[in-house]
Formats: sequence, C-alpha cells, structure tokens
Amino acid sequence: MSTVILLLITGLGLGALYFLVASGLSLIYGLMGVLNFAHGSFLTLGAFAGWEVARRLDDGSWTTFLISIAVGALVGAAIAAATEFLLIRPLYLRHIEQVLVTVGLSLATVALFEGIWGVDPIYVTGPDWFGGTTEIFGALVPNDRFVLILAATLVLLALVLFLKFTRYGLIIRAGVENRSMVTALGIDVRRAFTLVFAIGGAAAGLGGVLASHYFGYVSPHIGGSLLIFAFIVTVIGGLGSLAGAAIASVLVAVLQQFANFYLAGTGDLVVVLLLAAVLLIKPSGILGKKA
Amino acid sequence: MKNLRSLTSSRWTQWVVGGVLVALFAIIPFLNIEIPGVLPGPTYLPGTLQLLALSLLFASLALSYHLIFGTAGLLSFGHALYFAAGAYGLGILLKYTELGLFAAMGITLAGAVIIAYLLGAVSLRVTGISFAMVTLAFAQAGSVLVRRNPKVTGGEDGLTLNTANVPDFLVGVLNTRNLYWVALLLVVVVFLIVTWFEHSRAGHVVTATRENELRVRVIGIRPFVVKLIAFVIASALAALVGMVYMLLQSGATPRATSADFTLTILVIVVLGGVGSRWGAVVGGIVYTILDQRLTSLASSDFIESLPAVLRIPLSEPLFILGTLFILVVLFLPGGLAGLASRVANPRRSTTADRDALEEVV
Repeated sequence: MSTVILLLITGLGLGALYFLVASGLSLIYGLMGVLNFAHGSFLTLGAFAGWEVARRLDDGSWTTFLISIAVGALVGAAIAAATEFLLIRPLYLRHIEQVLVTVGLSLATVALFEGIWGVDPIYVTGPDWFGGTTEIFGALVPNDRFVLILAATLVLLALVLFLKFTRYGLIIRAGVENRSMVTALGIDVRRAFTLVFAIGGAAAGLGGVLASHYFGYVSPHIGGSLLIFAFIVTVIGGLGSLAGAAIASVLVAVLQQFANFYLAGTGDLVVVLLLAAVLLIKPSGILGKKA
Repeated sequence: MKNLRSLTSSRWTQWVVGGVLVALFAIIPFLNIEIPGVLPGPTYLPGTLQLLALSLLFASLALSYHLIFGTAGLLSFGHALYFAAGAYGLGILLKYTELGLFAAMGITLAGAVIIAYLLGAVSLRVTGISFAMVTLAFAQAGSVLVRRNPKVTGGEDGLTLNTANVPDFLVGVLNTRNLYWVALLLVVVVFLIVTWFEHSRAGHVVTATRENELRVRVIGIRPFVVKLIAFVIASALAALVGMVYMLLQSGATPRATSADFTLTILVIVVLGGVGSRWGAVVGGIVYTILDQRLTSLASSDFIESLPAVLRIPLSEPLFILGTLFILVVLFLPGGLAGLASRVANPRRSTTADRDALEEVV
C-alpha cells in the first residue's frame, strides 16, 4: 500500500512537471498551429537562470528558492516572447517553416548552453526541507514532490482564471476556437500570440527551476528529455486543450511510474504504447477538437 | 514542340552531368587533390576518404528522407529509428551469429521493412503534426530500447563492429577506399530508386496526395496505401545506409537513435532545398564537411585566442549550424537548390520556394 501511494505521489509530481511544459505547448499549438521545438530550451534556460541566481544568494533558504523560481519564470517568458517576435512572426501562417525555425533554435541553444555551462550535470541544492520526507499512510514521500504538485496546481488555476475572466483570455480562447473569425471581428490576434508564447515560456521556465530540484541537477539536456514526454502528453490530451493536457500529464506520469516499478523499468515504452493506443482509438486525443 | 525538345534535352544533360560527376567521384581516391579549409588533407589519404564517404552516406540518408518529407509531404521525426535499425541490426547479427555479411544484411533489411510496415501502418492513421509526434514517440522507444539493453547494444558506449565475418576488402584503414566506393555506389542506387519511385504511378499518387488529399480520395484512390509504400521504401533505404555506416565507422553510438539525429537529417534536407533530389545530395555533403571542419575549427588556436563572448558560440559547431539553418529558413526558403535556380533565373521569386515548403503536411 505504501508503495502504491509513493508511486502515485511521485507520479503526480512528475505529471506536474509534464503539465508545466505541456500547457504552454498546447496553448501555443491551439492558437497558432506552431509546434514549438524550442520549448525545451526555454525550460533549460529557466533552470540555469534559477541556478545562477540561487548560487549567488543564500543557497538553502526558502526566499532564495522563491526568487529563483520567479527569475526562472521571467527569463522563460522573456526568451519565449523574443522568439515569437523575432523568429515566428516573420513567418506568419507558414506552419512548417515556423516548426523548422524552432527546431533550429533548439539545436543552436542547446549547443550554446553546452558551451556556456558545460556538458556535465550541475548539482543544485534547495531548502533543507526538500531533502526530507513526509509520511502519508505509511509511505515516505520526498517533500519536493509536494512543491511540484502545488506549483502546477497554482499554474493551472491561474491559467484557467486568466482564460475565463480577462479580455485577453477571451481573445485567446476565441482564437483557439476560430482564429479567422476573431481577426474578422477586428481584433489583432498577433498580440495574443506574443502573450501566449510569454505565458508558455513562463510556465516552462518555472518548470525548469522545479525540474532541477526534482532531478537534483541542471544540464543542457534537461529540457529536451522532458519535451518529448510533453509532446506525448499534448497529443494524448488533445492538441490545444488545457484540461486535456492536465489530465494526460497525470495519466502519463503515473502510468510511467507504475510501469517502471512493477514492469521492470518499461515506463517509457508503456507511455509510447499508450500514445499509439489513444491515436488508434481516438486520433484527436482525449479532449481534442477534431482529427 | 521546341519547348518539349529543350525540356528533354535538359533532362538528358542532367543525367549526363550526373554520370560525369559520379565518374569524377569514383576516381577521387587515385587523385591528389588538396582543398585547404574544406578537406582535411589530400584526397588519396584514408582520413579524407573516410570524411568523403561519410558525407556520401549522409547524402543518401537525406535522399531517403526526401522521399518521405519532400515527395510524400509527411513530416516524420522518427527517421533515425530505421537508420539505427540498420546499423544496430547488422552489428548485433555480426556479433552474436556466424552469419556472413551479406546474409546478415539481408536479414537486417527484411527486419527493417517489417518494422517500418507495422509502425508506418499505425502512424499513418493520423496526419500532420500528430503523425510527426507518433513517429517521434516510436523513435524515442527505439532509443530507450538501445540505451536500456547494454548487454546487446553496448548501451551508452555504443556497439563496435565484429569484423570476423566481414570480407577482408571492407576491413581496415587501408581499405577505406573500398568503403568509399561502396558509399558512392549507395548514393547512386538510392538516387535511382528515389527517382524511379517519384516517376512511378505510386509516386504520382503520393505527390498528388501531398497537393490535395481530398481530390485523390474523390478519384477513388486510397492515399493510405501509397503513403505506406513511400514510408516503407524510405525506411528500407535508411536501414541500408545505416548498415554501410556501421561498416564505415566500425561501430554505432546511441546518438544514431536519438531525436536529434532525425532533426539533423531534417536540417540537411531543408538546407539542400525541400523537394529537390540534387539539393538533398548537396545538402548532405555540405553539412557533413561543414560539421567536421567547424569541429576542427573549434579546437584551433585562433578560436582559443578570442574573448569568451565570441569563443563560446564559435566553438560549438551545432550552434553555428543551427543559426545557419534558421537563417536559411528565414531568408532562403528554397535552400541551396533554390539559390542555384535563382542564380540561373533571377526573376524567379522566393514565394514559389516558400509554397513548395508549405505543401508539406
């Protein structure tokens, strides 16, 4: 029983990470039809920025941790907005070229990160509480999982509130539904594009700092490995659907944890099989609009 | 009529030029050509021939990807899987069985075709971005399998070639020349197969599907079958390239299975020019040589002496190549092939190139 609970909560923690990456991917794809391969780089840059700040301040305190999270999110948002403005916007409505540009950007940035920070993982330390465990129904759960789950829940909540109750949220939701109609009504959707990129980048940067605490290190490849699972999550959840991304993140991560434990480390393969199964049964994903 | 004649004559010229080029490439090992800054040494040395052979292999691989991406308009992120299946399949068979080289190659090719058929049949149920994601996921599964089974595949250290059952003329540094000819033969064979497929009935249907799938369906043809044929042929060709790669490099590393490797092939095809066979070949050669030269440039004294702001970006070949790629996509959508045709015909606009790219998916 305690093993099941441990796996469940660890799975939720990993799912929280997937969600932080996948939410941005899904929103960006839903609104603009761009599959953003550079999203992993936003995450990596956020993680490195958080680490750079943390090591200059007091490493183990909560304040530092919170500041590093804020810096990670800001840096993620800034680079994402810059990417949209400089690289995506000139190729407006040319989806394949936009994908190709983000592919190029991801290759170039990962190489640049390797040049700046080296190839080897850099170990990070957080507040002491992270290293401890909390007992829940007999399971000793590492504390950092709770931070992840809390952060992802807050991000989900903030996104839902933003999309439901603000003017820009309305424009984004309408844009995901039918972009040409929104444009026809005289609203400049392109400003919403930059905004969506910034929001997605902030979530990814935040996720980067949290991921560095979850894995215990930062490396130039931390984003790339998470990105592939975030892609899978996005497709399973249905491209463009925030709720779908949330459900699929939890589903994929928990399944992965259980398969890793009970089926001899086959978690990654099981996830791929799940993706194949979902696409065969419902090609549009769990909550997707259409095929 | 006059137009028709000039068209056929230009097609003939193309084949003649191609034949002459192949002949020139074939006699390179006997020549002493030095191109400072491009090639690491005179062309008769094994080191230079190794690089040239590698660039020819990447040209073949780019051609096989061109069949999926340029001809069929399918954006696949899993092409590395079939290349790796060829390399690892052959390596494993030679290591753990007593099969001869050609028998092992035959079995590997058959295996790759079966994998491509099964995975292709599943992935082609979806289109566009979802197709890209599914192929990426399958390739990722392959990558995980290779990394997680170090006893069979060598894990992170890679798999080295067991040369016991490989014919002597393909083994050793002195025989690099023979491997170079094998690589050259491979480019020619792959080029001919791709050309033949594009001009076959199935090829026409695939191209038509890329342009307008609905109309193809209305005529009463099922695009699924022809897309699957194109996918399987391209994958089989990639596996073939993988096998020769194994022989040439005497080993394979898990990098060959990674998503990054597929992205590299994609970069090569776009760099050369989407939809152009010659572009794919030139792109493969240019990319490989550029990659190798930039790597050796990175460790040069000149770069070491620069301040950190310049030194760090310039010592990362992938950073330069990635930036170059972004610039090509932004400002030169037809790639090298588009550039060549624009030099020949200055009035040709870039819009045509952009539209060619956007027909994909």
